[in-house]
Amino acid sequence: MTAEETEKVSAEEAYAYTPGLKVKKAIEVLRTRMLPIPGEVLVKKKEDVDFDTKVARAEVPGMPSIIRVNEVINIAPEEVKNFMVKNVGDRVEEGEIIAKYTPFWGLIKRFAKAPSTGIIEAISDITGQVVIREPPIPVDITAFISGKVVEVISERGVVIETPSAFIQGIFGIGGEKHGKLSLVVESNEEIVTADRIETKHKGKIIVGGSLVTLEAYKKAEELGVNGIIVGGIKGVDLKEILGYEMGVAITGHEDINTTLVVTEGFGKMNMSIRTFNLLKDFSGYDAAINGATQIRAGVIRPEIIIPQEKYPIESSDESLERGMRPGTPVRIIREPYFGKIGIVVSLPVHLQKIETESDVRVLEVKLEEGNVVVPRANVEIIEE
Amino acid sequence: MSNLSSSIWEKDEEVVLKLHWPEEEMERIIVTDVGSTTTKARLFKKVNGEWRYAESGESPTTVEAPYENVIRGVQNAVREIEELTNYTILSEDGKIIKPRKDDHGVDFCCTTSSAGGGLQMMVAGVIKTMTTESANRAALGAGAIVMDAIAVDDERPHYVKIERIRNLRPDMILLAGGTDGGTTKLVMEIAEIIAASDPKARLGVDYKLPLVFAGNITVRPEIKKLVGDKFALSIVDNIRPVLEEENTEPARMAIHELFMEHVMSHAPGYPELMEWADLDILPTPAGEGMAMQLIAKVEGKNVLGVGLGGATTNVYSIFNGRFVRSVSANLGMSYSISNVLREAGKENILRWLPFELEESELVDMLRNKMIRPTTIPHTLKSLVVEHAVAREALRLGLQHHKTIATRLKGAKIAHRMVGEMMEYRLRATYIDMMKIVIIAGTGGLLSHAPRRAQSLLALTDAFQPEGVTKIYQDSVFMMPHLGVLSTAFPEIAWNIFDKDCLVRLGTVIAPVGLAEQGEKILNVNMDMPDGTNFERDLEFGEIIRVPLEERKTAEVVLTPKSEFDVGAGPEKVLQTTVEGGVVGVVIDTRGRPLTVPTDFDARKEALIKWFKSLDLYPEESMRDWEK
Repeated sequence: MTAEETEKVSAEEAYAYTPGLKVKKAIEVLRTRMLPIPGEVLVKKKEDVDFDTKVARAEVPGMPSIIRVNEVINIAPEEVKNFMVKNVGDRVEEGEIIAKYTPFWGLIKRFAKAPSTGIIEAISDITGQVVIREPPIPVDITAFISGKVVEVISERGVVIETPSAFIQGIFGIGGEKHGKLSLVVESNEEIVTADRIETKHKGKIIVGGSLVTLEAYKKAEELGVNGIIVGGIKGVDLKEILGYEMGVAITGHEDINTTLVVTEGFGKMNMSIRTFNLLKDFSGYDAAINGATQIRAGVIRPEIIIPQEKYPIESSDESLERGMRPGTPVRIIREPYFGKIGIVVSLPVHLQKIETESDVRVLEVKLEEGNVVVPRANVEIIEE
Repeated sequence: MSNLSSSIWEKDEEVVLKLHWPEEEMERIIVTDVGSTTTKARLFKKVNGEWRYAESGESPTTVEAPYENVIRGVQNAVREIEELTNYTILSEDGKIIKPRKDDHGVDFCCTTSSAGGGLQMMVAGVIKTMTTESANRAALGAGAIVMDAIAVDDERPHYVKIERIRNLRPDMILLAGGTDGGTTKLVMEIAEIIAASDPKARLGVDYKLPLVFAGNITVRPEIKKLVGDKFALSIVDNIRPVLEEENTEPARMAIHELFMEHVMSHAPGYPELMEWADLDILPTPAGEGMAMQLIAKVEGKNVLGVGLGGATTNVYSIFNGRFVRSVSANLGMSYSISNVLREAGKENILRWLPFELEESELVDMLRNKMIRPTTIPHTLKSLVVEHAVAREALRLGLQHHKTIATRLKGAKIAHRMVGEMMEYRLRATYIDMMKIVIIAGTGGLLSHAPRRAQSLLALTDAFQPEGVTKIYQDSVFMMPHLGVLSTAFPEIAWNIFDKDCLVRLGTVIAPVGLAEQGEKILNVNMDMPDGTNFERDLEFGEIIRVPLEERKTAEVVLTPKSEFDVGAGPEKVLQTTVEGGVVGVVIDTRGRPLTVPTDFDARKEALIKWFKSLDLYPEESMRDWEK
């Protein structure tokens, strides 16, 4: 191969880099836990923290409640100031009189009462509106993972580090949870049915195979299971779980008790054997999971973090940085070979016509049943 | 171009003055679009005295960690052009070389951006259907995504509005309300709600949120007093000085100015990008909208444009000179594909499929596309499913557009006749498909369609053009690029647009009306440019294609029957000239509104008949579906 050809092929390979989801046995996981607004950090550097440790607190300004005083006591807006019995900066209790209008020697009495407890922030003589700021709302941030505080960001938060097994899912619903991992299937191909979920799974994170049925999810939620990790879920069941049809994949704030992390996709899909074996290996370990997913700019994938000291930290995989090349293990992520795992045989430079008649960049993959040609956009690298 | 009005080609003299070379000596222009996922660079070059598109370079956008600097993505995209053209544009330290020297650098550089979700705005006004609606149109026209429109009369209690404003975290707020000299109290009421909510900017808590006030001029001092310290306040002319007039231009300009000054300057890497660019950075949809306006200006006709993207669908109309943009923020072909399913319903997507597909299989297919948005259809079946979804996304996008492109509510209609008033109430939108002369589409699905007839039919089925309508699409994605370039050099932009960007798909002839299947409804008599004649009586329920090459024309006489209208009135003959295209002239006698049979077998038969007639998919596959 000439130098020019080598350069061209390496450029092609760089193009072919399709990051896969991370499935790591032992890496240092760093998590930055930040307050939405400045506040107080409650832990110190080098301090050990547990999943539920509160690491920072802030006070978000309270809600303003607005009352149209002029309408309540039936006067002109510009007169409101003259009839206020409380002024800007005064603290008031809910139901306390803030303005009164008693014409005709008190024969008519009209009062405006505070709709909530708080501080009077503004009185408008144009609209007659009075703004009462409610007391600040405390916001606590927990550690989410057990580990060590390695950095304190003054007034904003902390960075926590922990040696962990780390798995990214493809899609999830529900927020941060933690619990002991418990397998409810024997293999990555089995379906999680309702009969496999028992009361002993309360507070745990259960691991399934290719699919969780709607009945099984409902039972898990009823029994107080904290999370489910599974290969697939039927798209039509998602609506039943959420109570609405999901439009865009921005999740994590659903009102559900059992966080769901899907590792492969929609439909019955065997969990990748590597993911399944890793979860099996850590059965009984405490794990933190988060279903939060965002597919648009700033991609967020659901994650499973299992703090552990069983295995030494792995070095980063340089082959990934180099992109895809013959020998790279890949997973096909679209029909007709969806979910199949194979090895890259070749990366033809020229565009090829596929069944749709589109001319696209392709690669040749060796599957169990033989070699196939698929669009490069339809595979992802399996991180080993 | 000599036959065009010279007023279209007004250059931005300020820009011309700043040029390093006289305009005639310019030779290379680089324009980029920093998209939410991909940064696209386009090089334009003068060849034999004529401006042409030269090359494309694309690279992932680097606004997020670990790079957090958009410049990296821009450099990578430009480097790809350098490699493909063997021409140096960047210096060793990665800066654009300007001014151009003999064999490297460019003369001019500009960019659009939608990175990080584009410009996200909240608008507010007094009356939902009047000032708030005008504020909404102004923000959309400026290229923003409108997160919410708050009005005094929108029926939400104060606390709900406050909670919403606090949770939104927009990039900017546009506040309208009141005619000049009109209500002050209600304008201040909504302003006080915004002030009390104290919303924070999306890109950081450390700077003031920009707020444009475009309401009643008499309350300006009170507005300044109330929000002047809390917000980066900009006061412009009233958007509705009187109810009969909508003046969105000053608000739109202020939005673009604040977008540069406050929003872009806080995004990672943008200060440097702003230094590179010779024009203000525009939001991507604003650039796309300008390109659509350019078509309308040059052709002097009403245009309906659409950008069908992965996340959003933008629809633009230039109707009797009025430009309106709508954005359906969650209708798209990848990230938002599940939302098309939600909004359209499974049945509406399935009705475009000539084969059986279980509902649950459809749901899983689309949800899998959503979570792996960069995958492409490998099988013909999945391509046909995506085309079905596209029809629905486009249909819903236009439906949404019609709710924005409305007549001014509140304007006096005293001089109208009773009949006219009835019509006015019934049809809030002024978009009349019979008067739309050009439909222009852009976006990955349309431009990547393996056969051009596929995008023509998707646009036709979704938008249902009436009468005689030309259908365009872009060859390479560069409408935002040419749009922003047109603000300084419209003539250069149009030359590239005309020669290298616009693909003329053809002309659709569609009589309006309904009849029984098989009933003869239209006689077409066409004198072809090669001297031959095409004549045929078409039955209701047909769609046929008559080949006519791009840039060729044919004289046609259309004689509708049975009350059908092809533009001249019911049963009136229309004699006109039609333009060709890569697909040709498509005569669509399936009726308006277009109906697809609900029974599966009848539907399959109809779809396959239509698809075969346009040679839409491979013959063999269509035969398989028939079995």
